[in-house]
Amino acid sequence: MTVAEAISTGDEPRDLARDWPLGMFDALKAAGIRQMSYVPDAGHSTLIRLFNEAPEVKTNVLTTEEEGIAIATGAWLGGQRSVVLMQSSGVGNCINMLSLPVQTRTPLLMLVTMRGEWAEFNPWQMPMGQATEACLRAIGVTVLRAETGADVVQIVAQAAGMAFDADQQIAVLISQRLLGKKKW
Amino acid sequence: MDRREAVAKLLAARNGALVVTGLGSPSYDVHAAGDSADNYYLWGAMGGAALTGLGLAQAQPGKRVMVITGDGEMLMAFGAMATIAVAAPHNLDIIVLDNQHFGETGMQTSHTGRGIALHKVAEAAGFAETGELRSLAEVDDLALRLIEPAAGPRLFVLKIKAENLPRSLPPRDAVFIKNRFRAHLGLGTC
Repeated sequence: MTVAEAISTGDEPRDLARDWPLGMFDALKAAGIRQMSYVPDAGHSTLIRLFNEAPEVKTNVLTTEEEGIAIATGAWLGGQRSVVLMQSSGVGNCINMLSLPVQTRTPLLMLVTMRGEWAEFNPWQMPMGQATEACLRAIGVTVLRAETGADVVQIVAQAAGMAFDADQQIAVLISQRLLGKKKW
Repeated sequence: MDRREAVAKLLAARNGALVVTGLGSPSYDVHAAGDSADNYYLWGAMGGAALTGLGLAQAQPGKRVMVITGDGEMLMAFGAMATIAVAAPHNLDIIVLDNQHFGETGMQTSHTGRGIALHKVAEAAGFAETGELRSLAEVDDLALRLIEPAAGPRLFVLKIKAENLPRSLPPRDAVFIKNRFRAHLGLGTC
């Protein structure tokens, strides 16, 4: 059974409050995504499994997040749309590499799951979590925030349009409140 | 060996390969061999050349991609060798022009001048073919070898003289270079 089948609600309408990763996956597939790169985060785990089961999408696991920014630039050079998945702590690793899509005006879609902003148990997550949005804006990336499951699906769909149809560099920040409290 | 002669030999035998260059002297070397729409020059984003090559190679599986970069730029992409080995493209070759120095910034000795062998790192990571070349005659053989189909990613280190040659500057307009490269592949602008 595939992940999509395992978490399918059958004939019931999809509840995006719970099934938003599936909605996001459908939105990204509809946007024509062909490459996905990631440093894992618990908040992205369902999406990563869905992409790893999608034969038409090439996935790359990264050693550090800025690698994904360069891969996305190369993918677009070769005519493919891509998405980069990371946690907010990884945004700090990306800053200089973001000069590549910003300066070359290459479409970029980053999906960032947030830490350090809501019910955070680990204080080490706070500095980068609080700096994430400011860092992205400082280097020239447009930032959109999603607070609910319905939000995130709609925002990802339109962010993909802005990125790939208008040559924009866009990060969608997925609220820690939506991801839920991590159990320790 | 002379870096410009080595690069000119590889490009003369590129046979339709798409080329990505690392910032600094490798960009000048490739430009000196002849500007071309299928060259993608980086002027920054240090550590990004090999992975830009990976994204391109995955998007264009029918074409060979050759990344030409320096030892300093590749050292900043150390983890990229793991990412590329795991991705295992059959159409990505990385050429490291290794003068064992950070040439652009005052010729400070780099890690490769202190014993780090990038081709051995790539081999340990799982690249299909790797090697270290010290003469132009070996580059002639490599140029022929690169035209042959690969079983996976390849990385070759070319030990070159540490010298700053007259700069041959590619256009710095990054959007122009991008659009020219994409147009070469039949791709449009937004």
